[in-house]
Amino acid sequence: MDDTVIKAQGVGLTFQTADGPIHALKDVDLDIDRGEFVSFIGPSGCGKTTFLRSIAALETVTAGQISVNGMTPDQARKARAYGYVFQAPGLYPWRTIRGNISLPLEIMGFSREERAKRIAHVLELVELENFGGKYPWQLSGGMQQRASIARALAFDADILLMDEPFGALDEIVRDRLNEALLTLWAKTQKTIGFVTHSIPEAVYLSTKIVVMSPRPGRITRVIQSTLPRERPLEIRDTPEFIALAHEVREGLREGHSYD
Amino acid sequence: MTRVWRNAAPVLTVLMVIIAIWYLGAVRMNATWERDQAARASEELTTSQMITRTLTQDRPILPAPHQVAVGLYDGIAGQAITSRRSLVWHAWVTLSATLAGFAIGAGAGILLAVGIVHSRSMDQSVMPWAVASQTVPILAIAPMVIVVFASAGITGLLPKAIIAAWLSFFPVLVGMVKGLRTPDAMQLDQMKSWSASDNQQFWRLRLPSSLPYLFTSLKVAIAAALVGTIVGELPAGATAGLGARLLSGSYYGQTVQIWSALFAAALLAAGLVAIVGIIEKATLRRMGLAR
Amino acid sequence: MNALPIIGVWLGGWALNIWLARFDTRLSRMAVAVVFGATLLILWEMAVRIYAIPAVILPAPSQIAASFAANGSILWTDFVQTILRGALTGWLIGALAAMLTAIAIDRSPFLQRGLLPIGNFVAALPIVGIAPILVMWFGFDWQSKAAVVVVMVFFPILVNMVAGLKATDAMQRDLMASWAAPYAASLWKLRLPAAMPFLFNGLKITTTLALIGAIVAEFFGSPTRGMGFRISTAVGRLDLPLVWAEIVVAAIAGTLFYGLVALIEKKVTFWHPSQRK
Repeated sequence: MDDTVIKAQGVGLTFQTADGPIHALKDVDLDIDRGEFVSFIGPSGCGKTTFLRSIAALETVTAGQISVNGMTPDQARKARAYGYVFQAPGLYPWRTIRGNISLPLEIMGFSREERAKRIAHVLELVELENFGGKYPWQLSGGMQQRASIARALAFDADILLMDEPFGALDEIVRDRLNEALLTLWAKTQKTIGFVTHSIPEAVYLSTKIVVMSPRPGRITRVIQSTLPRERPLEIRDTPEFIALAHEVREGLREGHSYD
Repeated sequence: MTRVWRNAAPVLTVLMVIIAIWYLGAVRMNATWERDQAARASEELTTSQMITRTLTQDRPILPAPHQVAVGLYDGIAGQAITSRRSLVWHAWVTLSATLAGFAIGAGAGILLAVGIVHSRSMDQSVMPWAVASQTVPILAIAPMVIVVFASAGITGLLPKAIIAAWLSFFPVLVGMVKGLRTPDAMQLDQMKSWSASDNQQFWRLRLPSSLPYLFTSLKVAIAAALVGTIVGELPAGATAGLGARLLSGSYYGQTVQIWSALFAAALLAAGLVAIVGIIEKATLRRMGLAR
Repeated sequence: MNALPIIGVWLGGWALNIWLARFDTRLSRMAVAVVFGATLLILWEMAVRIYAIPAVILPAPSQIAASFAANGSILWTDFVQTILRGALTGWLIGALAAMLTAIAIDRSPFLQRGLLPIGNFVAALPIVGIAPILVMWFGFDWQSKAAVVVVMVFFPILVNMVAGLKATDAMQRDLMASWAAPYAASLWKLRLPAAMPFLFNGLKITTTLALIGAIVAEFFGSPTRGMGFRISTAVGRLDLPLVWAEIVVAAIAGTLFYGLVALIEKKVTFWHPSQRK
């Protein structure tokens, strides 16, 4: 059985701007297998977000092709193949947390009972059981982001795409959410694509780290993690972890010519 | 060039559609009268006869766009500007009262706003009433003000200017107070850290940051001043100004005259708002605030 | 010499307010505003009495109140004719038409780019000027007044509603795209709720415009009732207290109308930062 969920071959994306074309992505090849946790890391402008958006069919590639579950990204989007989490929670202020999680389910036509069941389930997954009736603006930033992850999980797509979901949070909250995300990943067995600019975060979370570099946006190194799937926070002090972080840093340096 | 066209094309299209609808409306609305006339003379009207006749009536229910354009052109360029039939003359009467009132109202609004920002008791006394007064249809009583002044022997420019001033006063007051309050706590603390005097704080921080708000409200105010002046010219007895043209047109069924006066007022309003807009752009650009 | 008591009351009210303003609580703020309003009223009454200003020029508040009480049924008839029939009907029709138009042109950027500049332009024009034309078309009764109001409120509401429908940020639209939401769902669940604060902004601005349109249109012809009609005939008879009583009705109606819309806004857009407690 073919276990490749996302497959990119020779992907390129060029934006036409007033100052000439910008090569956001060039010659990107990548396979992501079922159940993997793949991080994309690199300086700003390296195309990591653009690549994630291309997988989600929020951008259209101009060269090469991407397949998601054997479909084009746009077909996959219409088949509701993935949940997407942005850097900001993007919750609707006029809906309660429960109402926000219910929103994609309403759009996808789930029945009322099914919605209630799923909402209760994902609220438990992100540990927000007691906050379903609150409005987003009554919660802290970390709780809002957890709610937005719950929303992406609610319709139970196999793939979860996350674009710097914890980028705007402070480090203490970020640590806790990283831990929670790993637990969640272990429970749900989802395939996760995760954009970040933090080396420890990438190493701590991923089974595969994709290092990218700008001008043109491309992949410079793909690092397979040697860490076990079970990862307590303390793993970050082990030599193995530090060696991996070092490798990522090297990858970033070699792609970065400081031109 | 292409960008200008990209912006202008949709506007021109919509304008063209509006004019087309207008012509259709003119034919339809004026047709009843022509049909009556034809029936009285017992003649049959062909479609083309019908169209030409409905678009050339003397007192149409809805004058066709070209009739209004001719009326407008005749009123602006076809008469000596000192003539009572010249729209330029009427527009000048309206404009002078508008500008006088606008100057008084905006000036008073700015001064009171400065006072309100500096005095808490003034703020709490005046602001609730200033805000509430915006919900009262002041404009509707404008004609009455004119009549009252007339009974006290005061006529001419002054009463209209007072209405215009009254109407432009409140937008400027509210906008200016909001503007003077825009500097946030950090900016005010920074001023304090340089031990700036109240005066310096006002001239260097509060006043410059209020200007975008001031100009926005000035645009509202000058349009309001014009509307106030025109409504002030409505009471019977007024013989000069665009409002008087509207009224006399409606008394004598001179629809072309009404529409011409209406378009002259529209041009005047657009011109006034545009002038304030140009001053705004120039000022904000000099201050580096232009977007 | 005559001016002394007036100056005395003025200074007294002023001193009271300066003292009250120091507390700066909700109650004291209200008290300050009330004291200011009351002081103005007292000054007005005193000025009229001391200087013996004839009622033809400026009636005293007490005379206006007496006229208000004596002409209750007339004022009520006028209120129904002008405010309820003319202004309210016109406002509802105009607001509904503007909302539907905004949704209709929502899918066409071309139409929006064409209509918005025109809408902004028209919103700044002296539209009351069309009153004589519409009175000619629709007759003297309230229908012509409602028509004037429709035209006056249409563009400000349209411009606000179109801006509101655009007010969602790119991320929220991407989110909708990631769920493959159809147009209707994203309009109904995202963009309409997001547009509400803008819509209510337009609705609030136009409450005053609606009253103005309905009253002014009556100056160009009306049946023998209505606030505009009453004001112009009472001015003719120099019955200024009645004129002022009508103005008081207009002021109360305007404030209530605005307050009602603001109250509904509070219920509908409770989530907006400007409404949160």
